[in-house]
Amino acid sequence: MSQKVLDALKAKFGDAITSTENQFGDDIAWIARDKLPAVALWLRDDAGMAFDAPVFVTCIDRLDWKPLHRPVSEHFSDESGKDSRPRFEVCYQLRSSTHRHRVRLKVAVPENDSRCPSLAQLWPAFNWQERETFDMYGIRFDQHPDLRRIYLYEEFVGYPLRKDYPKDKRQPLVRRDDLPVGQKEQK
Amino acid sequence: MAAVADLKTLVLGQKNVQDMIDAEQEMPPELMTVNMGPSHPAMHGTVRIVLTVDGETVVRGDVQPGYLHRCFEKEAEYATYTQIFPYTDRLNYVSPMINNCGYAMSVEKLLGIYGKLPRRAEYIRVIVSEVSRITDHLTCVGASAMELGAFTPFLYMLKAREWLYELLEKVSGARLTHSYVRVGGVSKDLPDGWTDELNYNLDKIQEIMVEVATMLDNNKIFRDRMAGIGAISKADAIATGCVGPIARSAGVDYDVRKDYPYSVYPEFEFDVPVGTTGDCFDRYLVRIEEIKQSIRILRQAIEKLPNDGFMIDDPRVALPPKKDTYNTIESMIRHFKHVVDGIKVPAGEAYTFVEGGNGELGFFVVSDGTGRPYKCYVRSPAFVHLSTAEQLIKGHLIADIVPIFGMINMIGGECDK
Repeated sequence: MSQKVLDALKAKFGDAITSTENQFGDDIAWIARDKLPAVALWLRDDAGMAFDAPVFVTCIDRLDWKPLHRPVSEHFSDESGKDSRPRFEVCYQLRSSTHRHRVRLKVAVPENDSRCPSLAQLWPAFNWQERETFDMYGIRFDQHPDLRRIYLYEEFVGYPLRKDYPKDKRQPLVRRDDLPVGQKEQK
Repeated sequence: MAAVADLKTLVLGQKNVQDMIDAEQEMPPELMTVNMGPSHPAMHGTVRIVLTVDGETVVRGDVQPGYLHRCFEKEAEYATYTQIFPYTDRLNYVSPMINNCGYAMSVEKLLGIYGKLPRRAEYIRVIVSEVSRITDHLTCVGASAMELGAFTPFLYMLKAREWLYELLEKVSGARLTHSYVRVGGVSKDLPDGWTDELNYNLDKIQEIMVEVATMLDNNKIFRDRMAGIGAISKADAIATGCVGPIARSAGVDYDVRKDYPYSVYPEFEFDVPVGTTGDCFDRYLVRIEEIKQSIRILRQAIEKLPNDGFMIDDPRVALPPKKDTYNTIESMIRHFKHVVDGIKVPAGEAYTFVEGGNGELGFFVVSDGTGRPYKCYVRSPAFVHLSTAEQLIKGHLIADIVPIFGMINMIGGECDK
């Protein structure tokens, strides 16, 4: 939609923006994981950006990503052609209510360290959406005020939207005593 | 035999009514936890709220959705692009046509046929979407009024909704879960004389709206229960992701149909009502005005309805004509591949959003080039709005939760996916 935002991001943060792309009218900026809060704060507070409206948070699990008729994404393949991309992509979609531009921030999250900085402090709407992403994909959002499952019950084992979670798996709800006492009981 | 106690002592346990005033009763000084839901008669939708109350006042409310979680996104990853339409019906089951359109648009974007549909198809989509929007608002306002004791407007509005459901049934064959829209157009053309019937019913609905307005607008009970309740400021509404009537009632001038125009909406003249106070009464007024604006759009659409086919002429997405399917082997194979393998959508990711009954309803579809989506995420406005509920009910009475929830219009199917 507007390359302007991506250019401004690259000019301001340089290496923190690992790459940018545009797909079907949506600007996508890949952000280094530890720089996400700083980039997000600037996007929200800078007058030229003013991304005040949060839209959605979700995650893409690239476990068995083999697109047809298109080279495997350029971002993460190493020279040997072996697929070295981190497994998860956390997506944050933002909108500006004054400038009407939109941007999607993406953070690559490896499987063995599935953590991502939380943006719930910047946009309250992301509180529940990050909980949903945690619930479905098991991404742990650091500094999230209240990270617990939202759709499923506390006893649920695994993360159902991950590609390695079988679709037909059934889990009877059983009482488990080894779980820590939930936050809601503590309060 | 002892003297028979007087009636007051017998029934109340004490003679002097003054003894019963609250001040002399021992009130527990600590806060109390009350569970509201998951199945509560005064709330539509299954949602549980763990309330911490100080007397009658809500101090904290932990809202817990998820009772209607049906794994929409997981199921969608295993269904062909066309098979997902019935699932989208069940998201916001009060306005399924808008969900159909929103989902179809994101697949069309990936296919590169976005905006290249026959104009009649676009017009039909706008017509059924606006009819759905009216049914959505009628249900929301009617049910909220009923929960506050106004049963007559509820019956009037559901009667009007039923006329529209009958019309949609004539179009799609189903009263509630229409699955009418297809990638590339709609599944069948409007029946003969349908637009006249719609026009006739819109006249009747306009009369109903006048009657309902006289019953609710200046009704003291209704206004007392709605005005000043659950208010949200403009800045908060934006930061918490509120869209649709809730954001507009708080003064946020955001309507996807105007701000990011899609389909043929730029060809119609309509206004976006914007409130000032952001409370439940403004939400009610915004919804009532939107019904009127939808009727306005529908009148224009009926007037200008073009006549150039309801499905795009593209073999990638359109099924071959039935006559060919039954008579030629090529068409039969194509039909078979289309149904079994699904529409082949080029790899990529697209996010499209439409103005649903409750605001920006988005579909984020990731395709890997096969006939089934790699990921299909829905940005449901009900979920985002419900997350603001804790903030909205704080400091209000338990009884105020009912109108606040009614006006948030949390639809379980959409919120819990």
